[in-house]
Amino acid sequence: MQAALFDNAALMIMLVGALVGIASTLVGTFLVLRGVSMLSDAIGHSIVFGIVIVWLITHQQSGPVQIIGAALTGLLTVFLTELLVSTRRVKKDAAIGLVFPVLFSAGVLLINLYARDVHIDSHTVLLGEIGFVWLDTLTLGDYRVPQALVWMGTMTLINGAFVTLFYKELKIATFDEALAKALGMAPSLLFYVLLLLTSGTAVAAFDAVGAVLFVAFVIVPPATGYLLTDRLWMMFIHGSLVSIASSISGYWLAVFWNVSIGGMMAVMTGVFLLLAFLLGPRYGMVAQVLRRRGQRRVNEIRTLAVHLYNHEDGPEQWAENVTQALREHLLWDNAKANRVVARSREQGLVECRGQSLVLTEAGRDMAREILEPTRNGTGSLKTAT
Amino acid sequence: MSPLELITDHTIQNVVIGAALLGLISGVLGSFAVLRKQSLLGDTMSHAALPGVCIGFMIAGSREMGILLLGALTTGALAALVMLMLTRNSRLKTDAALGIALSTSFALGVVLLTHIQNQNNAAQGGLDAFLFGQAAATLRSDLWIMGGVTLVALALVIAFWKEFKLVSFDPQFAASLGMPVMWLEVLLTVMIALAVVVGLQMVGVVLMAAMIIAPAVAARQWSHRLESMVMLAAVVGVAGGVFGALLSALSRGLATGPLIILSVSSVVMVSLLLAPGRGFVWEGIRLWQGRRRLRYQQVLTTLYRLALHHDDPTFRSEQGMLDTYHGHRTRAALRQLLKRGLVEWRSAPPEEPRGAKHWVLTPRGRDEAERILDSLGRGES
Repeated sequence: MQAALFDNAALMIMLVGALVGIASTLVGTFLVLRGVSMLSDAIGHSIVFGIVIVWLITHQQSGPVQIIGAALTGLLTVFLTELLVSTRRVKKDAAIGLVFPVLFSAGVLLINLYARDVHIDSHTVLLGEIGFVWLDTLTLGDYRVPQALVWMGTMTLINGAFVTLFYKELKIATFDEALAKALGMAPSLLFYVLLLLTSGTAVAAFDAVGAVLFVAFVIVPPATGYLLTDRLWMMFIHGSLVSIASSISGYWLAVFWNVSIGGMMAVMTGVFLLLAFLLGPRYGMVAQVLRRRGQRRVNEIRTLAVHLYNHEDGPEQWAENVTQALREHLLWDNAKANRVVARSREQGLVECRGQSLVLTEAGRDMAREILEPTRNGTGSLKTAT
Repeated sequence: MSPLELITDHTIQNVVIGAALLGLISGVLGSFAVLRKQSLLGDTMSHAALPGVCIGFMIAGSREMGILLLGALTTGALAALVMLMLTRNSRLKTDAALGIALSTSFALGVVLLTHIQNQNNAAQGGLDAFLFGQAAATLRSDLWIMGGVTLVALALVIAFWKEFKLVSFDPQFAASLGMPVMWLEVLLTVMIALAVVVGLQMVGVVLMAAMIIAPAVAARQWSHRLESMVMLAAVVGVAGGVFGALLSALSRGLATGPLIILSVSSVVMVSLLLAPGRGFVWEGIRLWQGRRRLRYQQVLTTLYRLALHHDDPTFRSEQGMLDTYHGHRTRAALRQLLKRGLVEWRSAPPEEPRGAKHWVLTPRGRDEAERILDSLGRGES
């Protein structure tokens, strides 16, 4: 029964895709929050060099030593970048863009030179071969499990353990580095470990999604989470859900259109980000537009209430407190004036007596509260909405 | 191949001209991008060129360079727009927005690329070359297009030189002069896409960012003026581009992009190390010299203070005592002082062990020590 599970290519592919996303989300969340997500771009590219070097030395395709060895190249990139920035000759963005292309170029040339010996061609470097992950298997106990699944599962567990164990430290170091330092937490060491894990994840994911698509899995799911929530742990949940959903939908769409599976999965993360960007409950574009419109309506009603209150019982009451006057004095056009009056009447703030508009008791209270917010003795600037 | 064959070979000619055009445009436009801290935007725009190339191919139905590049220009600019929209209208920061635009548009390109390859269209060969660049595949007709784009970009830079310069260094001041800062920035950004387009055939989408950044960074080390920086960047770009492209065209199976990037990057490395004034080597030497000077000045003032303290201008200080006082060996410093004629040594008096040197200030040494102490505000003495 389980053996059949591991032989199911479609399931294995989706599982690997989801694990790449989840493992990347665990580390990527902190990169996005710290504003250094482009480091994942640099790491993703430069591990190519490490992978080729490690392969040429050990002639082993995957394994813990290979992952750690290649992951160190990712760390080297970050270290060299920061070294270059610290000399103040080069700005940070340019430094990132200088270091990783060198390592990446060296890696690609080595692949060209040792094309006969290296299992990767320069195509795989960029795109990965998630469609073939079920071909390379390891025997674990009684089951033959795809290698990519084993290594991605391991990296997910390691990343998960790291984030769980150092959750508090990572949280403080991310949001308030100075506080973390003051509390003796060594935030920069923590950050380097995080980058090492990012590199390790990149290496483990390399056969599946390649160097560039990896960037999508690191940045896009956490960014989607960031658009949906203010809670750190919720970002992990959202990011993981986006990863799983992208993996499943990406797989089926890719099969349907007969295109790159890894590419389609990465495209789907972008689609989910777009959805969150447009429809997110608090920060989404639609929510923002609706909120702004609601605010504008409330303000219009409040303006009307104050206008009526100011002229109430005054000599010009019959001239001012009519719909006509709103057009001249508040510069509202007819349609708008009618709309606001209708809405105010619905809410029981204004009544119509013949031509003239009269505040109800509730409307009068509202106007008073706006004009004299402290009169009711509450002492607060509480505003009625 | 003999040198003469090299020059007359049609492919080699194409490669050299193409690489020169690429170096020229990316050096010039890269200077502005690096100064405006938009280096990584170039990375995003070049990755985003891939879907454009594919869409162009799908529309044209064959490898029609003009349409491919138009597609690349469009999607590159679109990606920049998406990135701008994400940072303006959401809580995402620039880095995340860049990464999102880069990775998802590249993924889209990959999807389209595989779609085209599955059509079994014989004409699709060569689209792969846009990933890492394949200089040898450059056609004479491609060069006309690349040349045209470069010409347009250079003409724009010359026409708006003053404006671009001001916007790069002080956009607020430019705005206060009534310049349309936003439009100038948009123009500069779109022009990065122009450089990307020219580089697609030679370097490929993945490494194009480095081609924009590296020549500008190298040139920046040698120059403090925008005029000379832009020209130097163009020279570095052309030299690195031609060198790398030639290597790739002459050797079988080595991708052009990585070779060009490595040759340009070596120029960056040399510039960082050796550029006059800013180079690490010179800085290291300056630091070392300064430290040495400080050492011997310290020893000199110690001798002076001892003489002052003992009211004896020819007071003899024993070297071991100086070592102990300074906590490190003073022999090198004393030799320096001796060479400059600021101190001289006397042999030890007969009652002391032989070999122990005693040092005495010369009149010039006294003047020098006084000068140093004066310049320090005499310190505690």
